[in-house]
Amino acid sequence: MIAIAIAIIISTQSNASSYVSFGEAKEMANNGSNKKIHVVGELKKNEMGQVVDVYPSDNKLTVSFVMVDDNNVEQTVFYNEPMPSDFLRSEKVVVIGGYQNDRFVADKILLKCPSKYEETAL
Amino acid sequence: MVHTGIGNFGHLLIIISFITSLMAAYGYFKATNNNEIGNSPWIKFGRVLFVIHGLSIIGVVATLFSMIFNNYFEYHYVWSHASKNLPNHFIIASFWEGQEGSFLLWLFWNALLGFVIVKTNKKWEAPVMTVFAVVQAFLASMILGVVFGDLKIGSSPFLLLRDVISDPVFLINPDFVPKDGTGLNPLLQNYWMVIHPPMTFLGFACTLIPFSYCIAGLWTGQYKEWVRPALPWTIFGAMILGTAIIMGGYWAYETLNFGGYWNWDPVENAVYVPWLIMVASIHTMITFKKSATALKTSIVLVITVFILILYSTFLTRSGILGNASVHSFTDLGLSGQLLIYLLFFLAASIFFAARVWKNIPSSEKEASTYSREFWIFIGALTLCLMAFQVIIPTSFPVFNKIIEMFGGLSTLAQPADQIEFYSKWQLWFAVAIALLSGTGQFFFWKKMDKEKLVSALTFPVLISLLLSAAIFVIAKVTDPTYILILVAGMYSVVANGKILFELLKSRSYTLIGGSIAHMGIAMMLIGIMFSEGYSKTISVNTLLISKEWTEEQNQTNIPLFLNEPTFMERFQITYKNELMQVNGIPGYVRKSNLEDTEDPYYKVAKQQLKVENTVYAETGDTVYVQSPENFYYQVDYKDMENGKEFTLYPRIQVNPQMGDVLSPDIKKLAGRDIYSYVSVKPYLEKDIEWGEKEEIEVKVGERFFVNDYVADFSGLERIEDVSYANLGPDDVAVRANITVFAESGEKYIAQPIFIIQNGQVGKQPDVIKEIASKITIESINPDTGSVTLGLNTTQKDFIIIKAIEKPHINVLWIGTLVMIAGFIIATRRRYIEFVKMRDKGVE
Repeated sequence: MIAIAIAIIISTQSNASSYVSFGEAKEMANNGSNKKIHVVGELKKNEMGQVVDVYPSDNKLTVSFVMVDDNNVEQTVFYNEPMPSDFLRSEKVVVIGGYQNDRFVADKILLKCPSKYEETAL
Repeated sequence: MVHTGIGNFGHLLIIISFITSLMAAYGYFKATNNNEIGNSPWIKFGRVLFVIHGLSIIGVVATLFSMIFNNYFEYHYVWSHASKNLPNHFIIASFWEGQEGSFLLWLFWNALLGFVIVKTNKKWEAPVMTVFAVVQAFLASMILGVVFGDLKIGSSPFLLLRDVISDPVFLINPDFVPKDGTGLNPLLQNYWMVIHPPMTFLGFACTLIPFSYCIAGLWTGQYKEWVRPALPWTIFGAMILGTAIIMGGYWAYETLNFGGYWNWDPVENAVYVPWLIMVASIHTMITFKKSATALKTSIVLVITVFILILYSTFLTRSGILGNASVHSFTDLGLSGQLLIYLLFFLAASIFFAARVWKNIPSSEKEASTYSREFWIFIGALTLCLMAFQVIIPTSFPVFNKIIEMFGGLSTLAQPADQIEFYSKWQLWFAVAIALLSGTGQFFFWKKMDKEKLVSALTFPVLISLLLSAAIFVIAKVTDPTYILILVAGMYSVVANGKILFELLKSRSYTLIGGSIAHMGIAMMLIGIMFSEGYSKTISVNTLLISKEWTEEQNQTNIPLFLNEPTFMERFQITYKNELMQVNGIPGYVRKSNLEDTEDPYYKVAKQQLKVENTVYAETGDTVYVQSPENFYYQVDYKDMENGKEFTLYPRIQVNPQMGDVLSPDIKKLAGRDIYSYVSVKPYLEKDIEWGEKEEIEVKVGERFFVNDYVADFSGLERIEDVSYANLGPDDVAVRANITVFAESGEKYIAQPIFIIQNGQVGKQPDVIKEIASKITIESINPDTGSVTLGLNTTQKDFIIIKAIEKPHINVLWIGTLVMIAGFIIATRRRYIEFVKMRDKGVE
């Protein structure tokens, strides 16, 4: 019983992903790790507060965008799926993925949207 | 007009409910300490105050409902959750879309259950209701909305919009009331939103009852007696919470397109974990009733269930999940209050249990391997381990926060592939559960030794192996893991089925709940194994759809051109129509038959709208579209093996709050579901790339060709107004009426418009996606009595779909129903036991 509990903890630890910055992610990739990681950040915005540098492909089937992580590092992220719902309105973006040949490829995107449950402006 | 009265009234009721819950708690507390029962003064005091408390909660609910029904958009809660265009059942659902409303729902259920406890108990009323009243005080404080200096207690649903949102409009006109609310999120406009949240919160409320009995027992020294009245409610609560969980799963499967019915999202896990412990506690309580063991375990588990519910409330509502979950509530700044709520009950429970721990009787004898206690205990333990495995990663955000508080840095995140990570553990536990629930039943009903066990087990083992073997061959199960799951599941079904049969034979109908519930669980396991393990994409495609897609994406999506049959597996499938739903018209209406007006909820019929010989609207009639954000794509299926036909209508919701939502449509066939959805949103009209314009001159009554279809120009018609321009007295607008005849007798109406306004010419082309054409009036030639039309064509209209086969998923849903039935039967049995003892004056 205790053995199983310990096995659970060990498995959890070895499977756990982590929140890192793009810098750390790059370092991990350079050190040969291909573990999937989480990066938290925002979409790049201009001075007017508008989201810029989001490029859906011509047929809208994939999207690439520039994300700014919490250390203000910009990184182009490639996502092989159509642009997710409510992407441009998101307050925060979490990308789950990693560097593949110097390109950051996201397998999954989680969004934190201010408007999801509560309206905050008229 | 701003109705301030009703909001103040509602707020007053909240304050009353808060104060009365505290007073009720005090009264019942006094009564308990004085060992009062029946109609003694303190009990009466507590009871009257609890009734006032409950009635004020009902009053708060009624007040908020009436504000929502009457569209009082001057209130923030009403404005942000309701709107005028919602049908009644969604108006009800908008009540609990927000945090405050869902707290109210919880308070409401607790109050009702409190009334039931007051009504059905004699001896237990005072201590149990003390706990109830304290819980209610905490919950009411969450919506109290009282501010002392910098300290804000609770968030009231009765705040005026102008007090929440700072917008310049309120400086100019403080009495500004928005014309419409922002409405219930279209994604949540689904019947599950009407029933799932009340079910979930009833489940939450039910966990309070066993907890209260347990604390009451510890408090009053009735260490054993609390189990009997608590047991039926525990089983009932597990039934309700289990049903709520499955409902959520079915909702996700059917509408939300999360890719399945279970996603291991922290919000889902937060309810799954207490449910597992709840089921474990049922088993230890039953063991205790049979043989006076496992009492301490039962106490710990029952307390844990309630604490876990508070913990899950904290996780989902405090904002701590933050980046970890896609669907937690927004942070209302209540995290401190929620934490106090959680820690208070944790500390209080530990206090009550620790104080008397050494007085609680425990059985000294070692449980032998051939005793039922041993088997049930192992089963309960397995359930606890399952819960433990899920709660650890789900709590990562909490660990991170705690380490941060002590100045450290922790960046733990959920495993990147959640589904695989959780499934691989939960699967093996589930196999163990199936084996234990099959075997445990034999020990439960009979005294066992080695020989008896062998003889009892031989039959079910043999039968289940035979059945499994037959299924391997028919369903071609070859994966060793799946074979094991199948055998374990079959074994549990057969073994419990045998017990069921024997109980029925001996006419012990009231006792069959357990074996039925176990059979249900085992069926669910088998259903999950097949539908997930053998889920198969059938939309296999060899065309290249997009260079930017991965090979896998290109191979698993099929492009369907309008009216062009395509083969998919054994089906011939054809994309037939882009449709919308119109109120008052059964089924769907073709989108191109509806012309937009300025109001998105109203459209004009471009031709007669007829369903099966009943005319619902004539040309030019205005129709009401309650959900203009929903588009349906009719795909006809023909089974080439048996000629059977069916139609699926996958949906795309252009949701301004959440972007596009792709919902599947599911065909339930014998043995499998065909789960299909439009995987990429079709082009909007404005995004279409048109070919070069071709100009032709046509006279009234003349026939011509549009994109190879025959078209008939029946004449020009002067129209009085157009939606996008204000026409002056000297301005003219004319419309050409053109009918296009397409495949299989279909007719499409094109109505391009030509305007002369202030001497300027305006052209409004009409696009008919179905024939991939745009028709414009280029000029009107009075001398020849003709018009010159501009024709553009484009690629034929198409959609891209993905279709997945989910084999035997119905076994999962049927298993769910069987499990629920088992729970209900067991609840009834245990409740009757309680009533008998109570009426004897024991309880």
